[in-house]
Amino acid sequence: MTAGDVGSPADLADRLGRTGYLCDDALATVGFLALSLARPLLLEGEPGTGKTALAEALATSLDLPLIRLQCYEGIDAAQALYDWDFPRQILHLRAVESVAGATDVEELEKGLFSERFLLARPVLRALRESPAVLLVDEIDRADDEFEAFLLEVLSTYQVSIPELGTVAATTPPVVVLTSNRTREVHDALKRRCLYHWIDHPGLEREVAIVRSRAPEVSETLARQVVTLVQRLRDADLVKAPGVAETLDWARALDRIGTRELDVESAARTLGAAVKYREDAERVRAALDRMLAG
Amino acid sequence: MNGVMSAATAPDELLLGFTRALQSAGLPVTSDRSRTFLRAVATVGLGDRRATYWAGRATLCTTPEHFAAYDRVFTGWFLDETEGGRAGPPPALPPVVQAPLGADDESSGSPGDDEGEVVRVAASDVELLQHRDIATMDPAERARLAALFGRLAPTPPRRVSYRRAAARRGVVDTHATLRRTLDRMGEPVEIARRHRTTRTRRVVLLVDVSGSMSSYADALLRLAHRVSQRSAASRGGRGPRVEVFSMGTRVTRLTRAMRLRDVDKAIVAAGETVPDWSGGTRLGEALKAFLDRWGQRGLARGAVVVVFSDGWERGDAVLLGEQMARLRRLAHRVVWVNPHKGAAGYQPVQQGMAAALPHVDEFVAGHSLAAFRKVLRVIGDA
Repeated sequence: MTAGDVGSPADLADRLGRTGYLCDDALATVGFLALSLARPLLLEGEPGTGKTALAEALATSLDLPLIRLQCYEGIDAAQALYDWDFPRQILHLRAVESVAGATDVEELEKGLFSERFLLARPVLRALRESPAVLLVDEIDRADDEFEAFLLEVLSTYQVSIPELGTVAATTPPVVVLTSNRTREVHDALKRRCLYHWIDHPGLEREVAIVRSRAPEVSETLARQVVTLVQRLRDADLVKAPGVAETLDWARALDRIGTRELDVESAARTLGAAVKYREDAERVRAALDRMLAG
Repeated sequence: MNGVMSAATAPDELLLGFTRALQSAGLPVTSDRSRTFLRAVATVGLGDRRATYWAGRATLCTTPEHFAAYDRVFTGWFLDETEGGRAGPPPALPPVVQAPLGADDESSGSPGDDEGEVVRVAASDVELLQHRDIATMDPAERARLAALFGRLAPTPPRRVSYRRAAARRGVVDTHATLRRTLDRMGEPVEIARRHRTTRTRRVVLLVDVSGSMSSYADALLRLAHRVSQRSAASRGGRGPRVEVFSMGTRVTRLTRAMRLRDVDKAIVAAGETVPDWSGGTRLGEALKAFLDRWGQRGLARGAVVVVFSDGWERGDAVLLGEQMARLRRLAHRVVWVNPHKGAAGYQPVQQGMAAALPHVDEFVAGHSLAAFRKVLRVIGDA
């Protein structure tokens, strides 16, 4: 199975649906385009709208390995691309020296910087193992320099290792970049990518998501929880609950034996969905109104 | 280029016309983006309007802020056509309205007006001058104060660089250690270490020069001059790491003027450059103009951006809030210096200030030399 086998946006939606990821036709179209044009897909949106989950679902549905690179402040090429296995290099050096005594230094050096001591990090692995899905998660956390480095890799799908030579992907990997938009991604990187903003799903889709991801939760409960969560999202909280929180909350309620959502059970399990103290206080105070309204 | 579409228009022309319409609506459409758009539409098929819509949005928009304009142009370009004739040209940009010059209703007096007047004695005047609200000073006091700016010692903020350099302390430089070991055929050697170097961070100063800030303008420019001179000196003349802009009804770049050595000449040069001294304030529009023309391209990226303003907004406070949010996503730190914050009982209730505050990292006072000293510390530590 390769990325080229997906015939249409509907086909992609269908495949993703079978893994439990329900997407709307907008996302299906953009995802399909990313696959057929071999362009990286840049997903932005609130936390918890399923950006990372899309990459996982893509990998599962296309039967490709998922290689994940989590970005953070200060990440550099050694953590993204490759590094040398220093302890083993030293051991090797000592071993060679004790067995053979003085050998040809150049030969020895060649042996030290060879494939067996190379630690492939996510980006290099993706290029080598492609076809694969490379997830570059939370790119907004990385620095400008890292973005520039990434742009270079994503433009050519190859990297060069001075001691070893160039590694090029035979087929470009499927690349998904996600950003929570705490920082604007550089325009040059954006130009390389297809861009899509993921919104929170609508009522029906979110109910369907809960039903498919947590089948043990009853239809009634799922609908009640989703309705309440969607009201919370409009309530101007510090951190609006995402789909992951909806799922957690529905599961939590189901676990304590709730069949019908009421103020008391909602208040007891609120921590599954609302994770700031200020928010929790506000929601608790307004819970009966929100459940009724 | 916005001519009426005839039924015989070739698909490519129709699509390229659409990208041009988007461009005039303010989207950053480039030729490579247009090409990707054409390929994307060819992949999903032009017959499918919804797919065309999403293909265009994914290839031509780069932030959610573009979606509204995109929707407008898309509707105008594709949908009206099928409903019999395109109705009129694509929506034009809203006309730019200039606020009238002059500061009539804003000069109702600064909160610090009659404070500290009691201490107008010649005592240790240098010490006193430093803490006096600049707006309450007479010309002679201002002249004496001007001489004190030389005492300010701004330190530029620094950031961790991507590069690493050999050092006595720091993480083990495995590569270098291995090479040293290799040179000695495996004999243990001293471990090489390296650490990350630092570089100075860019500082961007945005000075509000509208009527309500006029009593502080001279002092703020002196401060800006001091900051840019120090930075230029510490960088050995390798281009400015400090950028200065004036904001009023429009934005003017003062960086060049501020590079003149002599402070008085620099201020005269700035005065000649700025067309809207003591005019109205349209902070939101001015900030947008700054971000569109300079900020987004890289000037504000990763920089410490300092806004000197009282937050009086004549324009739309919502726009100001949006632009501040945009600024914060680009900048490393956003500092807002408000001269009125120094006054007792000050509340940031002006519409503009209230809209901007959620997107500000540091909110500090800036009414006296002592306050400026603190501002410089905040910038240096950012």
